[in-house]
Amino acid sequence: MSKKNKRQVGIHELYAQDPIEADRLLWGRETNPESRRGFLQKSALAAMGMVLGAPMIFAAHYPAGLIPAALLDADTPFAIPGKHPELIVLNDKPINLEAPPHLLDDKVTPADKFFVRNNGNAPAESTLDPKKWTLTIEGESVRIKKTYTLEQLKTKFKHYTYQLVLECGGNGRREFNPPTKGLQWAVGAVGCARWTGVRLKDVLNDVGLKSDAVYIGYYGKDTHLNGSNDVVISRGVPMSKALQDESLIAWAMNDQDIPYLNGYPLRLVFAGWPASTSGKWLHKIVVRSKVHDGEKMSGHSYRVPCNPVAPGDKVEDKDMCIIEAMPVRSIITYPKSGATLKFGQKLAIRGHAWAGDKSIREVQYSIDFGQTWQTCALEKPVNRNAWQHFNATISFPKKGYYEVWAKATDEQGTAQPMVIPTWNPGGYLNNACHRIAIKIA
Amino acid sequence: MFLNLPENLSEQQKKRFEQLWLNIMMLVVNAIKFFVLLAFTLILFSFFGDHIIKALQRATQRAEVLDPNRPVATRSANETDEFDRIENGIHVMSGLKVAEGWEVVRGVCTACHSAKMITQTKATRDGWLQMIRWMQKNQGLWDLGEQEKIILDYLAAHYAPDEGGRRPNLDLESIEWYVLEEGR
Repeated sequence: MSKKNKRQVGIHELYAQDPIEADRLLWGRETNPESRRGFLQKSALAAMGMVLGAPMIFAAHYPAGLIPAALLDADTPFAIPGKHPELIVLNDKPINLEAPPHLLDDKVTPADKFFVRNNGNAPAESTLDPKKWTLTIEGESVRIKKTYTLEQLKTKFKHYTYQLVLECGGNGRREFNPPTKGLQWAVGAVGCARWTGVRLKDVLNDVGLKSDAVYIGYYGKDTHLNGSNDVVISRGVPMSKALQDESLIAWAMNDQDIPYLNGYPLRLVFAGWPASTSGKWLHKIVVRSKVHDGEKMSGHSYRVPCNPVAPGDKVEDKDMCIIEAMPVRSIITYPKSGATLKFGQKLAIRGHAWAGDKSIREVQYSIDFGQTWQTCALEKPVNRNAWQHFNATISFPKKGYYEVWAKATDEQGTAQPMVIPTWNPGGYLNNACHRIAIKIA
Repeated sequence: MFLNLPENLSEQQKKRFEQLWLNIMMLVVNAIKFFVLLAFTLILFSFFGDHIIKALQRATQRAEVLDPNRPVATRSANETDEFDRIENGIHVMSGLKVAEGWEVVRGVCTACHSAKMITQTKATRDGWLQMIRWMQKNQGLWDLGEQEKIILDYLAAHYAPDEGGRRPNLDLESIEWYVLEEGR
């Protein structure tokens, strides 16, 4: 396979390469080979309308492979759900998007640059009415089943706003060798937005828990790709994480409604844990007396070998353990990889670092492949589970090709590895140092 | 000799015609020599061809056969049977992967060096081409003609660099280089 084939592409490039295929990948749109008119399935039609911020009128006559005009202007974020055109489209259906690292330069990740990870299809827009939205808390470990409307949640409980990191458990998967199946994320399946909502623990206290509660699980309104009523994904966290102050039932991201593709109108936010624990389109929470056994809680889903294995080893289900907090990681968000500087010109770098439920003690950079490390200036987190910003100014000793590597160390002294960490069948938790290419000419 | 020339020619003209005649005679003689040799060779090979070729092969493969690193299991009393043995898609004697073009590679490359030079090396197509050019410049490798493509196809496909590893190089082909202005 050539290297070119492995490149990931943005929306524009996707359309430039093969418009018909782009239609199919993005919207599930099949093109009639004779008329060149795209046939849009209902769900695809809805998705396309969502992105455009308006329903597609005369969609059946919309020429195949034509990038919708509303998406052409790179400077204008789309109305709903508002995703930046430079986001990398991972070739999959439903839509899965990740940010190239330079797009994550903002201290608080804007909604349009926030990655999208879907296990199923987003629910149809018509079903997402915040006025009628309810959240039910049930399960064997609640005293009584209780249902709240979204309005009741907002009025009955105190609001909290935190900057919280959500990162896909498979972020970095593409570097594992032997390759592991699943979306081949690079480094951008992560974001740190301002989330507003109520504390899950306040709601659970209002419902009343039994003493045997050990785990919570969620249910969302996303629909299965196979068209059935099967549950797409139903994961959760142990009570210790569920009852943390920063664990939210959220309705706002960056003081706006949560974007459609990120779970509008209501979702969970368990920062620092695999983002798949933070259920989208949330309508039900179950409190369990045992580890939640919902969809994607077992097998190789979001689980890693309890004991380290050699690359490529087969691992039995009984030897797999659920991923909890994500490991220490950092990304260089400025400059974009590929900068050419004049000799003598200084380079200012910056980026973010985070470490599951822990804080970052230090971020260092190296321009000699780790032979020497220099310390970056590092800001304190605005709250627990927020990423921390770092920056440094680099002088290069002579002309030539360089790589700038960044390495973060968490509060307990655990640092990012320069090589790929322990291999696992699902390709999770690759927190190897991020690096960018620089030329001094 | 066997040449009658008109009397009215000058001495110089006669000399020129004699020279021409001699050249033609030499050509005829050489042609006869060639056909005799060809006939002899054909007769020889039609009777003893199998013996001759095996003897030649033994001579060129001597270094391979005497290699002390070769596992004992692959040696046998009858080395000629070993010569073509293939196990699990690998030619046992050379260690080469058996795929399209492998016999050309064996024939050309192992004429001078062990196949281990190939099997321990990994390179891109361009990398392999550079090695061929280096051998042509410094080691007396001949012009490979049409065989070059066959050899490169084989090597590029079966002895390509492992792009995995614990940390592959940055994908430099995909980087869009840009000038970063001062003061940004």
